[in-house]
Amino acid sequence: MITEAVEERETYLNASYGIKSWLLTKDHKRIALLYLHTITFFFFLGGIFATLIRLELLTPKGDLVSADTYAKLFTLHGVIMIFFFLIPSIPATLGNFFLPMMIGAKDLAFPRINLLSWYLLVIGGCFAMYAMLAGGVDTGWTFYVPYSTNYSNTYVIATGIGIFIAGFSSILTGLNFIVTVHRMRAPGMTWFRLPLFVWSNYATALIQVLGTPVIAITLVLLIGERTLHIGIFDPARGGDPVLFQHLFWFYSHPAVYIMVLPAMGVISELVSVFSKKAVFGYKVVAFSSVAIAVLGFLVWGHHMFVSGQSVYAGLAFSFLSYFVAIPSAIKVFNWTATLHRGSISFATPMLYAFGFIGLFTVGGLTGLFVACLGVDVHVHDTYFVIAHFHYIMVGGTLMAYLGGLHYWWPKMSGRMYPEGWAKLSALVIYLGFNLTFFPQFILGYLGMPRRYWTYPDEFQVLHVMSTAGASVLAVGYLMPLIYFMWSLRYGPIAGPNPWGATGLEWRTASPPPAHNFEETPIVTTEAYDYAALAAMEEAKVG
Amino acid sequence: MDSHTETAELREQFETPGQQKEVSTLGMWIFLVTEVMFFGGLFLAYAIYRREFASAFAVASNTLDVVVGAVNTAVLLCSSFTMVLAVRAAQIGSRKALIWFLILTIVLGGVFLGVKAYEWNLKFEEHHVPGPSFHLEGTGEQGPAQLFFSLYFTMTGLHALHMIVGEGLMLFLLWQAYAGKYTPRYYTPVDIGGLYWHFVDIVWIFLFPLLYLIARHQH
Repeated sequence: MITEAVEERETYLNASYGIKSWLLTKDHKRIALLYLHTITFFFFLGGIFATLIRLELLTPKGDLVSADTYAKLFTLHGVIMIFFFLIPSIPATLGNFFLPMMIGAKDLAFPRINLLSWYLLVIGGCFAMYAMLAGGVDTGWTFYVPYSTNYSNTYVIATGIGIFIAGFSSILTGLNFIVTVHRMRAPGMTWFRLPLFVWSNYATALIQVLGTPVIAITLVLLIGERTLHIGIFDPARGGDPVLFQHLFWFYSHPAVYIMVLPAMGVISELVSVFSKKAVFGYKVVAFSSVAIAVLGFLVWGHHMFVSGQSVYAGLAFSFLSYFVAIPSAIKVFNWTATLHRGSISFATPMLYAFGFIGLFTVGGLTGLFVACLGVDVHVHDTYFVIAHFHYIMVGGTLMAYLGGLHYWWPKMSGRMYPEGWAKLSALVIYLGFNLTFFPQFILGYLGMPRRYWTYPDEFQVLHVMSTAGASVLAVGYLMPLIYFMWSLRYGPIAGPNPWGATGLEWRTASPPPAHNFEETPIVTTEAYDYAALAAMEEAKVG
Repeated sequence: MDSHTETAELREQFETPGQQKEVSTLGMWIFLVTEVMFFGGLFLAYAIYRREFASAFAVASNTLDVVVGAVNTAVLLCSSFTMVLAVRAAQIGSRKALIWFLILTIVLGGVFLGVKAYEWNLKFEEHHVPGPSFHLEGTGEQGPAQLFFSLYFTMTGLHALHMIVGEGLMLFLLWQAYAGKYTPRYYTPVDIGGLYWHFVDIVWIFLFPLLYLIARHQH
């Protein structure tokens, strides 16, 4: 009996050893950790570009880098952050780790394809980094023709191939999630018992599967145009550059929802656990994810109000864009309603959730400004747009990602992070974020265009504020990197369910065994049924 | 014995062989959806330019040999038929028939690709490849005519690429079938390989009229 107690319990982390056991693993939890390392690398790489951008903009003159270098910096910042960090971020790490566990499955439906998708991301990343080291790319992450096909002398093709390959990684993750949710649920886990994180990842997967192939063919045509001059986007042969924009945004607008829907799923989990209440209006929140996925495909033209597309198309796209506000607002209202009379705890993940709700609301409301035809003509291509989407992508997705990482860290590592440091970093990130990006709304409204490395003197105060904020933000992001690593060794041991959460992932040990559960769980209650959880705990004690 | 082979083929994340089969099939269907979206971008480009440059597209389309195209369509349809028979053979556990129908499918696929190569070569000889030496008789719109051929080469090229991948899949199935891996209890790879093959076939069924037949009445 004593030897049994001393003997180390087998977990997914010590089930096998050696570098091969990681590089050839089919365990979704290990693959999630591979992704976690990869995207952390890309996040800080993209962060270096952001730092250089903000340093250049400290002064009105172009004194740090040349115009060409500046163009490469913002392009690489966008490419790395969007395709190699934000798109894989929550689904490929937290989703990969927890989606199978939340539905009571032993693994994803296609474990080998799951591993393949990680390799594809890495290979795609290698192409992007080759382009970066060979001399960079300066087209902006949007690759608009004819500049990208006929004029740019930079590494457009290598970057395009990198994104093409990374796109297949995203497609395969989406495919895996859809099949897993349809076919791998534990007995009793009906669709309306699924945690909302699963619903939002399911909706995301639909977009990944339907949207990403379109960017793939767009990149094929772009590369064809650049190398073979096939003429599809070339007016000299009757081709139309605006077609490129249509094809590009048909994916890249829904891609915004690939980035933010999983974040919304994380927030639903956090708000429920840390107020110990079921999410208000579960079904409506679940369906709002699907509604966002569907509506997301109908609004791409709002990126093209000044491209010369028909005014009537512009009107329709503007009108449809407003509709996205409905499911988004439903979520915000329902999270807020969940808090009502809840037993609220201000643990770090909840601080991030509050941060998300506030910042996402600002990002969403300014989205209505830019969805409005008349206003958009004024703010198009200015810092207003930059601020708007950073409020969604950084204030929204990144806050939720960090919140989720803190929330699930004890399950992934078996140890708690240091709560004091974590709270401090959440605060620093929140303040730093607002100081960085709020001034950019004003800058943009005053007419500061995006993608310029110099500006008139009167904009300097706001730019200095923004750069100061970025410095604070950088400190905030480095702190979790350090204390997460610290906690792997010195963090207090976490029990199976440190937060008193209801999800199936908390019913197994921390860190979980290789096959997730000792035996397949049988689900008898709705998601977020805290009363049932309390009864179960009581029965166990009794 | 039987139950042993059954569990040997059951991957550890599944509870039952039935679940495993459903999962593989659903996965392939979703993959085919992504393929529809992939080709969809090209069909969109085609639709826009066809509407904008109807006459140049008509002239360019009429240079394609409709007889060769039709024969090739028939060849591909036959390969789909032999594929169905291969799946059927796997279902009833006839290893010999499975092997022969897979070989037939591979041969017919090869014939299709060979004919396609012949047609492409013809276009090169006739100066119908977009570029500096492009020339098409019968239309003043040389630019849009090149656009037609760009679409022709891109669409048939990507289709041929999918055919080549399909041939690879068929060779894999043939090797596995030869080794006796497939039984009436387990033939999922044959099933989903067939789905892929039929999809590639269907893409051609759309390409053939769009590229070859749009202006036959003007002949």
